[in-house]
Amino acid sequence: MKLVLEKRSEHSELMTLMSPVLAIILTVITGAIIFAVQGLNPFSALFVYFIEPITSLWSFEEVLVKAAPLILIGAGLSVCYMANVWNIGAEGQLTMGALAGSFVPIIFSSWQSPLTLVAMLVMGALGGAAFAAIPAFLKNRFNANEILTSLMLVYIAQLILDWVVRGPWRDPQGYNFPQSIAFEGWQLLPILGSGRVHIGIILAIITVIILTVLMNRTLKGFEILVIGNAPRAGRFAGFSRKKIVWFTLLLSGGLAGLAGIGEVAGPSGQLQTAISPGYGFTAIIVAFLGRLNPIGVFFAGIMLAITYIGGEAAQITLGVSDKTAQVFQGVLLFFILACDTLILYRIKMLGSTKQQPVAAE
Amino acid sequence: MGKNISIRGGTAASTEYLLEARGITKMYGDLAANNDVALKIAPGEIHALLGENGAGKSTLVKIIYGSIQPTEGELYWLGEKVHIANPAAARNLGVGMVFQHFSLFEALNVAENIALALPKDIDIKDLSEKISEVSKEYGLPLEPTALVADLSVGERQRIEIVRCLLQEPRLLIMDEPTAVLTPQEADQLFLTLERLASEGCAVLYISHRLDEVKRLCHDATILRMGKVVGHVNPQQETAASLARLMVGADVHAINANREYNPGDTLLKLNNLCQNADGPFGVSLLDINLDVKAGEVVAIAGVAGNGQSELFDAISGERTSSSAATIRIDGRDSGLDNITLRRKNGAGFVPEERLGHGAVPGLSLSENIVLTRHSDDDGLSKSGFLDRESAVAINERITRDYDVRKGKPDPEARSLSGGNLQKFVVGRELDRKPKVLVINQPTWGVDAGAAALIRQAMIDLALSGSAVLVISQDLDEIFEVADRIAVISRGQLSDAYASSELSLEKIGLLMAGEHEKKTTIQDEKVSA
Repeated sequence: MKLVLEKRSEHSELMTLMSPVLAIILTVITGAIIFAVQGLNPFSALFVYFIEPITSLWSFEEVLVKAAPLILIGAGLSVCYMANVWNIGAEGQLTMGALAGSFVPIIFSSWQSPLTLVAMLVMGALGGAAFAAIPAFLKNRFNANEILTSLMLVYIAQLILDWVVRGPWRDPQGYNFPQSIAFEGWQLLPILGSGRVHIGIILAIITVIILTVLMNRTLKGFEILVIGNAPRAGRFAGFSRKKIVWFTLLLSGGLAGLAGIGEVAGPSGQLQTAISPGYGFTAIIVAFLGRLNPIGVFFAGIMLAITYIGGEAAQITLGVSDKTAQVFQGVLLFFILACDTLILYRIKMLGSTKQQPVAAE
Repeated sequence: MGKNISIRGGTAASTEYLLEARGITKMYGDLAANNDVALKIAPGEIHALLGENGAGKSTLVKIIYGSIQPTEGELYWLGEKVHIANPAAARNLGVGMVFQHFSLFEALNVAENIALALPKDIDIKDLSEKISEVSKEYGLPLEPTALVADLSVGERQRIEIVRCLLQEPRLLIMDEPTAVLTPQEADQLFLTLERLASEGCAVLYISHRLDEVKRLCHDATILRMGKVVGHVNPQQETAASLARLMVGADVHAINANREYNPGDTLLKLNNLCQNADGPFGVSLLDINLDVKAGEVVAIAGVAGNGQSELFDAISGERTSSSAATIRIDGRDSGLDNITLRRKNGAGFVPEERLGHGAVPGLSLSENIVLTRHSDDDGLSKSGFLDRESAVAINERITRDYDVRKGKPDPEARSLSGGNLQKFVVGRELDRKPKVLVINQPTWGVDAGAAALIRQAMIDLALSGSAVLVISQDLDEIFEVADRIAVISRGQLSDAYASSELSLEKIGLLMAGEHEKKTTIQDEKVSA
């Protein structure tokens, strides 16, 4: 007996919108089973995980701090994926953005002016974009698969960061800890209110608005849609696939770089060996959960930020492994992709003894 | 002439024949792809199956190979009635088939590719020896350890043939085998086929190349529009008489009361050459053509002879190596991209409606933007789209060209073939292009839509534009064209006034009469 996926002749509009909701419900059920197997009360565990983070002001602020980079990167990736360009290396672009942006406060450590911060953000975005330019060039010039090249570049970026922080940019007064000098004044992102929320979340909201306009109102957004949907028709329309590869990779790389410098100039306050708990990878889930739509990405970013905070809370209160958050994220992505697949296809069983139609060899 | 249809054998199944097909009918909706077709193949015979595109050759062969089931009719194998349920059943009977497009894994070597088609418990070493043996015996030199990626198209075809031979077939079906071969490779193939036939293996040889059929085949069955129109001995026929059978002798109504006062040349192809794009592409060789204001010029030919390559070259989807090869309305456009050519007054309608002419998942108004974003009607202002204008243009086009749709602005994929074609054609006609190039304008379209589209093309020419139609449908060509040229293996014949062109002549041109034999092979080698 054999299982095959058969394309559905038409797919339900409603289910396309419901798919992320369904995926979240299935993830929660799976989570309850995982907690129950570990001998915990699944209901209280799920409460700690998903509800508690948004009940107190402190933890809700933390959700926003974590949502900012996820939304920035996820929005860029959703545009990229719309064009059928699969940038998997946002984590590396984030790292290079953090490095490039930190160049300003570390080399010109006494420069204090609002322009300092602007220069850092611009450098961060350029650094991320430049790093994303590598897979773009390789794809256009040699037809190299961007999934592989962008992913492998992540490890290169992380090793460069490690070397820089342990070597040339190490704080001379830092007791040999692998970290740079601490940033101060205009080298840090302004704080909103009294907690830890910084203007990164504002940048994320502005990005969502700009990308929504880009995708719905501009010829460039239309080009991206056409090239991603039907490349042959794109060529017929006179759109260049290579230009779209450049555009989408530079855009998503630049936004990942912005998220990177946002982390360094925000919660971290200095360059360290570990600047991101995998935001660049989690943002892939954010992009899909948000239906590759910038506004959807905003809500998906908040949702995934909750799993980070919930994971930390669960570690402290329930004593479960800190890897639980990653398990949840993985399970969530699995269910989104599974739901999407079943919206487009149905499963059909083929008996081995049954005579089957063969179209053409 | 063409009437010497011989009938061999009686009504009773005779064991003289290896395969006999009786009364084969295959319906696709209302269309009879095969209509009461009879075919008899004797052992050791090379039997040609002749016909234009859409004559029903592939359908018949797929039925024999078990890929599809006939609506009516029976197959007899050595006098026994058989039911061929699938290709595996056909192979068990002893039917082998070499397809026009090969199914080979480039990253594997010859022996591994062949092993994939055989039972699982086969030893690669034994197989390699067997491959060498068979390939030597039949003059098909093959190195079992060679990587398929490194092999020429002719060598790849040898793999497919050897794969069939290893199963010791009694009937070998070859689908347009020489379409992808150089003349030398073709000669080599003929020797192999003759050798096979002399050993008693029958060959069913599908082709529209009359010279090959005359040279190689003992017997020929000719199909036209799903019906057998002749069963002849090709050795006793002339290429011209075969052509007439293939194309048919119906009198085509020529629109004679049309005025023909051509003006200036608006589209000029000037020694246009282009290398093939991939192993199954066709090179364009030294193509010259003028299309003048006020006339419709048609390019006839069997599918896969360079029509889509020529369309891409004229539209600018593939740009040329020099500007002078294509001249649109007085401007050397060879280096221009498709957007520049459109701005210069050209309009294009490709063969594929979905995925090429229109994006299936986008709405009709968005599909308007697809080809008209750089026009002057303001669909895109400094990078921003004006969706209301697109909707208004869509309303106009769907009204003027009778595009029937369920919703005001549905997705392109939800339209029927005929309605989508009216939309794709109307989208260009609405721009009033000075030059219109249209590939297969009424392919798969119902009669009403076809008539509307043909009339619209003629009207456009009458209004002073130049219209170039690429089509496989001779009825259509004679209905709309003032002049006709024929494309064969990437070479274009001279254009003849349609009133002066006989069907016999057009059949000969389709079979490649105008080809320059020596140059084409140099070109293939360098491509």
